[in-house]
Amino acid sequence: MNGPLSVVTIVAALVLAAWYLLRSALNRAPSRLDLLASLVLSAVVAVLVVIAVVGLFDGSRPSDTATFAGYLITTIAFVPVAAYLARLEPTRWGSLILGVACLVIPVLVLRLQQIASVTGA
Amino acid sequence: MPEASTRPQDAALGTGLGRVLLLVYGVFALSASARALVQITTKFGEAPLAYLLSAFAGLVYISATVGLAIGGARGRMIALISCSIELIGVLAVGILTTADAGDFPDDTVWSHFGSGYGYVPLVLPFIGLWWIWRHRPRA
Repeated sequence: MNGPLSVVTIVAALVLAAWYLLRSALNRAPSRLDLLASLVLSAVVAVLVVIAVVGLFDGSRPSDTATFAGYLITTIAFVPVAAYLARLEPTRWGSLILGVACLVIPVLVLRLQQIASVTGA
Repeated sequence: MPEASTRPQDAALGTGLGRVLLLVYGVFALSASARALVQITTKFGEAPLAYLLSAFAGLVYISATVGLAIGGARGRMIALISCSIELIGVLAVGILTTADAGDFPDDTVWSHFGSGYGYVPLVLPFIGLWWIWRHRPRA
């Protein structure tokens, strides 16, 4: 959970967040490319979550496995849900939805790291 | 108003900025209820009042999300009541936890005006109420 992929995810999410917030501030609706970028981010997050799930089966489980699993499900579903809402909202607010989602992802990843670091073993 | 150029004034409550609010309220509905569920199922005895409050906050966020989602006169009323309770809740719990942590040995979403959540719980009801007020039905 602490590998370079987490760092890549967080940085990518923050960069995208800045971009989407700028687009929203400039009164731009999300473009096809914007939505595509959010799907790429979703894919990176999905890989991260899969690695974390695999990690659950090789020994050191977080002491709070239920919470960890809940966060994993939220994390993997978050950007796709936001992208879906953003597609319904072809205005500046659609860009804001993507921006907010990209701001939440780093928080979720950091929380996952925090929970994972407390192992029951 | 910038969005007036793309959305009619009487557009549904859950469109435009309303859809952003829908997402944010959805996140808080999920996180507050999940937190309450974990707290109540694993360690209810430690701080029953704080955990019941967590659960209550979760319900308030869920009903605000539902109100925004269904829209119309009924959805607007549900969202209005939820956001008002939310505002009172975050202010009351914020003041209580800042003044005296005695009854709240463990944190809730609203503790210390939502400082654990970047003060979003404090700002959110104001934006919510403003949005609902802007969407009041015109005579």
